[in-house]
Amino acid sequence: MAILEVEHISKNFENTEVLKDIGFSLEKGEVLSIIGSSGSGKTTFLRCLNFLEQPDTGVIRVNGEVLFDADAPQTRQETEIRKKRLHFGLVFQSFNLFPQYTALGNVMLARELLAKEQPDYKARKKEIHQEIEEEAKALLVQMGLADRMGNYPHQLSGGQCQRVAIARALALKPDILCFDEPTSALDPELTGEVLKVIKELADKKTTMIIVTHEMAFAHDVASKVIFMDEGRILEQGTPEEIFEHTREERTRQFLSRYTNG
Amino acid sequence: MELIMEQMPIVIRSLNSGFLQTLKLFFVTLVGAVPLGLVIAFGSMSRFKPLSWLTNIIVWIIRGTPLMIQLMIIFYFPGLVLHNQIWKGNAGRFVAASVAFIINYACYFSVIYRGGIQGVPVGQEEAGLVLGMTRRQIFFKVKLLQMIKRIVPPMSNEVITLVKDTSLATTIALQEIIWAGESFMKGSQGISGAIWPLFFTAFYYLVFSGVMTVLLGRLERKLEYFR
Repeated sequence: MAILEVEHISKNFENTEVLKDIGFSLEKGEVLSIIGSSGSGKTTFLRCLNFLEQPDTGVIRVNGEVLFDADAPQTRQETEIRKKRLHFGLVFQSFNLFPQYTALGNVMLARELLAKEQPDYKARKKEIHQEIEEEAKALLVQMGLADRMGNYPHQLSGGQCQRVAIARALALKPDILCFDEPTSALDPELTGEVLKVIKELADKKTTMIIVTHEMAFAHDVASKVIFMDEGRILEQGTPEEIFEHTREERTRQFLSRYTNG
Repeated sequence: MELIMEQMPIVIRSLNSGFLQTLKLFFVTLVGAVPLGLVIAFGSMSRFKPLSWLTNIIVWIIRGTPLMIQLMIIFYFPGLVLHNQIWKGNAGRFVAASVAFIINYACYFSVIYRGGIQGVPVGQEEAGLVLGMTRRQIFFKVKLLQMIKRIVPPMSNEVITLVKDTSLATTIALQEIIWAGESFMKGSQGISGAIWPLFFTAFYYLVFSGVMTVLLGRLERKLEYFR
């Protein structure tokens, strides 16, 4: 069964159609790259998955469970949405780390707040805290930040910040981890270290959706590629199908800008 | 010079008790205006239009007119226009002054708060939401400290201004330090025609604002650990 099913998602901002009838499905462990020019709706779509925007039509299912159905008002309530968000993680282009917390604090904060809702929290407070801290530390080690845990975001490079942000998202163990142009704010050298981490996650079969302008990376890491244009999916398939056996003229035109420099 | 030395103990005692009144007005204003400013700030940012208009008009009027006039209106209006003097004696003058100062400073604070609240990037809220935090948690655990950091420098300016603005209360004859200093010109406790006590009050303000500057500077440095 597909881990994620998206059907007929559309979204309007006032009078402009930003998303038109988006539909696809994703299997567990797959990596989906969404490519396309700026303004094609990629970011808006990720924001819909993470409930930062509400689609006007369509259905989103995770592991067969309906998380969002535009026709079912009960799936659109704030309290419901908060829990459902946890199926997804989102890594932002601009990191959005919390500046007053250390790298470790950033990774731990949301987990600790969630733990307070556990019924046995009071009894096992110390134990739970320790567990969260150990997991957070392990994640930062995995991100190559073992010696940066006590640093505040302003003391870290952009690449390090983004790796903290990835650890922060992973700490909540989302089913699907989304990236919104994770390297667009970084210079080429720092881009490399972030992409390397994402590649490692892909090797570990982390289900991911990556909006990116790094075509070589998308080709290399993705098991599935979607090309979006003017709010709709113009073409989807394996990286080979999209990059080497392009069907649509518009896709070819878009890709040529990257291959010709 | 000898005369001054002779007058000194009487004058100092008088100025000290006046200064106590100044300090009282200062702290009462802060305690009242700091939370009231937050209420006004939320009012002015309300999505309910009539409320935000009303609040913005009030803030405009209070910030657009001198505090001295506001003091006089609040103090004299009930007695001279409504013929119902509600501010009785020195205690009444103090309450009237406190009301005027709290309203005035709350309006200035509200504008600062608003800047602080709106200055926190939207991305902070979104990052919190995506991590499954409630709006309440996001406000208290993520945004509040960032807001405080943003508002401390402009608030420091206002607080230093407040130290000196308390002297305006002398216009409604509140017996604060300026009033006490001036009394020795008109004649009080056997001293008259002495101008130096009034000049000497400046020294009190200078020391007090110096202390506040140091304290607020310390707070500002405490928040320098993040950016």
